[in-house]
Amino acid sequence: MNQNIDQVFVSLKSWIVGLVPEFVQPLVSIFVSIGPLMGLFGTCFALTTILERKGLGRIQNRFGPNRVGPAGFFQPLADAIKMLTKEDVVPHAADKVVHFLAPLVLTVPIWLAFSVLPFGRNMAAIDLEAGLLFFFATGAASELAVFMAGWSSRNKYSLIGAMRGIAQMISYEIPLVLATVPVVLVVGSLSLNEIVAAQGGFANWHVFTPWGLAGFLFFLIAATAESNRSPFDLPEGESEIIAGYLTEYSGFKYALFFLGEYLGLFAVSGLAVTLFLGGWQAPAAFLEFIPSWGWFFMKFAVLISIFIWTRGTLPRLRLDQLLTFSWKFLVPMVLVNLVVTAAWQLTSVWSFPGAASLRWIGAAVLIAIPYYLLGKILTRLHHPDRTYQYAE
Amino acid sequence: MLGSGIVKGMMETARNFFGSFRGSERLVTIQYPEERLPQKDTARTVPFLVYDGDDPMTGLRCTACKICEKECPTQCIYIVKDTAKKPDYVGKLQFFPKIFDVDTSVCMGCGICAEVCPFDSIKMDNVFELSTTNRFQPLLLNKHQLAKPNSYFQKVHPTDAAETDKRRAEEVLKAQAKAKAEAEAKAAAAANPPGAAAKPAPAAKPTPAPPAPAAAASSAPKANLENPSAGKVSAGINQKPAEAASSPQTS
Repeated sequence: MNQNIDQVFVSLKSWIVGLVPEFVQPLVSIFVSIGPLMGLFGTCFALTTILERKGLGRIQNRFGPNRVGPAGFFQPLADAIKMLTKEDVVPHAADKVVHFLAPLVLTVPIWLAFSVLPFGRNMAAIDLEAGLLFFFATGAASELAVFMAGWSSRNKYSLIGAMRGIAQMISYEIPLVLATVPVVLVVGSLSLNEIVAAQGGFANWHVFTPWGLAGFLFFLIAATAESNRSPFDLPEGESEIIAGYLTEYSGFKYALFFLGEYLGLFAVSGLAVTLFLGGWQAPAAFLEFIPSWGWFFMKFAVLISIFIWTRGTLPRLRLDQLLTFSWKFLVPMVLVNLVVTAAWQLTSVWSFPGAASLRWIGAAVLIAIPYYLLGKILTRLHHPDRTYQYAE
Repeated sequence: MLGSGIVKGMMETARNFFGSFRGSERLVTIQYPEERLPQKDTARTVPFLVYDGDDPMTGLRCTACKICEKECPTQCIYIVKDTAKKPDYVGKLQFFPKIFDVDTSVCMGCGICAEVCPFDSIKMDNVFELSTTNRFQPLLLNKHQLAKPNSYFQKVHPTDAAETDKRRAEEVLKAQAKAKAEAEAKAAAAANPPGAAAKPAPAAKPTPAPPAPAAAASSAPKANLENPSAGKVSAGINQKPAEAASSPQTS
């Protein structure tokens, strides 16, 4: 029974594929995989926008949107209708082809990235040997889209926004990828399915090791920047550059950019779940009555709420602060983390009594000391003590 | 240590998030169309006309003296005086407006009209949901739309209304006392020979006459038709012909 619920989508798919003649089965299999993914994450997008607005509202001590439908939950529908019926304005001087293509170039690769994520037991659309690599390869295409949007709009704000976006995305791509390398190092595989399989049970989740926790935090920070979310949303800093590269977009193209941003967020959240939080694995054997995809989406929801919480808390950074943080803090720290993980992996053969705790404490200290020192030095360098003349 | 500030900030927002679900000390939003804050006693938007009694048109306090029309900085009031007269609250015969329009699209809510009205007739309302689907006709309020009972005035501005009512009650008492005294004097005169009582009557008659030409000379061209009556009324209201004559001249 349990097994049936767990595998309900897998069996449903094989049943549907079995209905058609053999020569079209590969094609049908592709569509049966893609359709639910797009529907599911489209719904997720709608749900996240309303929950985010309501959550941010609560953080700011107000109700969020609560007028459309029960408790405002039809708000995304109203937004969608509004977006679809808006006039699609293309600037006269814009490069029309590139301007048109940019939202598509942003959205399509992000859909591709979902194809390698294992959402449940046997539930990855493609089980690629180099799934992680594929994920980052598709993710890197969003930089191109941002630059296309900024350049083709022929608007200085668009261009400045795009430049900021690219500077930020390239700077944070490195810590993002480097933060995942320790996982690959420990598991010994780039396949996301194998990475999940290696994290059976609560204690084996990578986030519960010193390097895993550090890697998880650095990954989250880099992912926030990579998906252009607050506090790293300065490509769209409306106080300085209107809406950045989105300035000249309206109607459904704007909605596509918006969708792309949220899908990027979902993709990196899904990857974070897969790499550090045990993927679809239940924390303990007795909790396996909840199907594997249930666990995946529970963890996924927790990560999304952390992103929303951060957005409601932190103010936007300045561009120099943003780049400083990446190059002077995150990149060195993920490299330190990588070295510590290598040491962790080397010492995994230790078998004398107390070896486990020694490894644990040693790794934690080796990460904490550089963190503390680097933080101290950077704070002193970039934020010298201020003297407030008029504040109490 | 680096990051401690972020953790502190995250805790603060979490406290606000959960705090907004329990108790209203954090969540202060009033969901407007369904819930409303009580209006302030001093809230003022557009003017309205107060009437006494039950019938708006007979009880209207306005005597069409046009002081508000003249004082209005945006000139949003338009008054045409009726030719007939009717007794006011103290029993004196007064004109009343045939047309009394306030263009609320022009009115800036300064309250000068209410301030200058000697009859406590025009007062400031506190309605604020004045939106209409058309920007011309619905915003031009006529005297039927403007007339509101005194009980409404007491409701929207209790302090102001209490003061007005008290003053008017005193005036009524005074008028009654005066009428009584006059009646007594008349009775006494009737008892006495007619020669002694005849004197004050001709003296009372010419008093309204002198301000009439001054007011006629100074009134605005658009109000030509009503000139003679305007002069008489302003004299009747103010009992100070000199002031009524001088203020239009300076303008």
